[in-house]
Amino acid sequence: MEELLDILKEINPDVDYATCTTLVEDGFITSMQIVMLVGEINQEFGVAIPANKILPEYFNSAKTIYALIQELEEE
Amino acid sequence: MLLVSYEFLLFFILLVMLYYVIPGRAQWVLLLAASYFFFLSGGWKPVIFILITTLSTWILGLKLGKRNQAVTAYIKENQLSRQEKKEYRIRQKKISWRWLLMGLWLNFGILGVLKYTNFILGNMNGIFYRISTPMQLKRVDWILPLGISYYTFQSMGYLIDIYRNKYKPEKHLGHFALFISFFPQLIQGPITRFDEMKEQLTAVHFLNKRQIAFGLQRMLWGYFKKLIVADRLVHAVTAIGQNPEQYRGSFVLVGMICYTLQIYADFSGGIDIVIGAAQVLGIKLPENFERPYFSKTVGEYWRRWHMSLMTWLREYIFYPASVCGPVTRMTRWGKEHLGEALGRRIPVYVATLIVWFVTGIWHGASWNFVFWGLLNGIVLLLSSEMAPWQKRFHEKHPGLKGKTWFSLVQIGRTLLVLSVIQTLEYYGSVSRMLTMQFSMLTEFSLKPWTDGSLFTIGLDGWDWLVVFQGLFLMLIVSLWQRKGSVRERIAQKPEMFRWTLWAVLFLLVITLGTYGHGFEASQFIYNQF
Repeated sequence: MEELLDILKEINPDVDYATCTTLVEDGFITSMQIVMLVGEINQEFGVAIPANKILPEYFNSAKTIYALIQELEEE
Repeated sequence: MLLVSYEFLLFFILLVMLYYVIPGRAQWVLLLAASYFFFLSGGWKPVIFILITTLSTWILGLKLGKRNQAVTAYIKENQLSRQEKKEYRIRQKKISWRWLLMGLWLNFGILGVLKYTNFILGNMNGIFYRISTPMQLKRVDWILPLGISYYTFQSMGYLIDIYRNKYKPEKHLGHFALFISFFPQLIQGPITRFDEMKEQLTAVHFLNKRQIAFGLQRMLWGYFKKLIVADRLVHAVTAIGQNPEQYRGSFVLVGMICYTLQIYADFSGGIDIVIGAAQVLGIKLPENFERPYFSKTVGEYWRRWHMSLMTWLREYIFYPASVCGPVTRMTRWGKEHLGEALGRRIPVYVATLIVWFVTGIWHGASWNFVFWGLLNGIVLLLSSEMAPWQKRFHEKHPGLKGKTWFSLVQIGRTLLVLSVIQTLEYYGSVSRMLTMQFSMLTEFSLKPWTDGSLFTIGLDGWDWLVVFQGLFLMLIVSLWQRKGSVRERIAQKPEMFRWTLWAVLFLLVITLGTYGHGFEASQFIYNQF
């Protein structure tokens, strides 16, 4: 989780990732930043996020992003 | 049949009357029949194309859905290791991918051939001319079915969703055909998703006075924008845009402003009519605009303009393009050879430019639209690159962020950038757009603003007064909308006030609307896409 928070802070340091659950909905991370995040996750965790998983519900909070990474790691 | 025609009004009134007296179970059948009747009003030949799209998407959707089900059942029934499951899934996905590709090729193929053949032929003729070959290919005169770009995108979105196993395919051909052809949205969107429409389109809708009143009010507001504002401004827009030699300098600025306002009044007015008409029938369509001209950045503007198309492009092109094999390989190569910072930007740059190329060509089969799209993409990338500077600027001047005047400057800057980009659409060619922008800067004078020249471009003093008052009302309503639904608030006012207000708006549309000979209002700009 710490590694993910570091990546997120690099993308937008002004967000409280511990509490925010509307990262995409409220525009804290834009679609361009999501693409960068996907690339960083691939590099850090060795997980390739497929296009069909790039949805607001998976990217709305640090917790859901982390859950997605774990889900893909298990597959 | 235009949304602004007597025929449509008559058709719609008869439909609504029938809709609420027939048994609820038959309502969707009536909607389907009405949608095809609406489509047939443009001739019988285009119906063949919408039928091909409907049937092919429905059959392939069922096939893909069956495959998804079979894969899940096989994994459930067999004791497979994690690795075996993964390999099995990949193998099956590859086969499903081929079925999906078949649907994409067929339907985007139809769209491509009908919409872009002349564009390709024109470019080939240009090449022949340049290499001094006497050969010239003859342009084709093929029909372009009404709303083909919209229903193709909508149906292909459905097919991709089924491939991705987001929801189950529709088994009922009639229900599916209604989703593809639902008449209010057929012509200019919004592009909807099957899972948000399915229940609504086939449900039983009871007569709901409030729903019908709200729908009619929304339609009335749409007619106001279209007939009073957009169809008046179109005269100035056409006069200036089609006579670039005569109207240079300051007139370019006038044309640019008028076009920016006209396109919003026209498109958002059309969407108001569409959403209102659907609401009268008890169906809720998604919003397509969220006061886009109040945006402070170009990125924000594109999140608030034609939202359904932008969502479609983001979901089905931007994200898939950014994570596809070639882009991932390019990113890896970039990180190794160009450095981490540049390498990580590659998927964003490539996917953005692909999306904006598609957006451009979707809007029109000509190079000016391609450049228009790419220019928007480049501005978006530049603005994302400049974000750290912007942040530093705000850190240095922390008081500016909440100031109204600073917000107005940001809104003005965004509008100016967008208006300049839109002149690529307006003037129809890159060279003419550049020439006219240059003339605006070099031949600018205040004279046309004061010597009465503005009254010679298709609008007299009365027209300008009506346009300004119409725009002022649109601005006020937009400001009210920030605090929630305007119709909801009006509905809470005393009955006398409400009736007077809507009656005045109705009379304004009747008396001030721009009606041509026998009520032939001009075509909506977005119908041609």
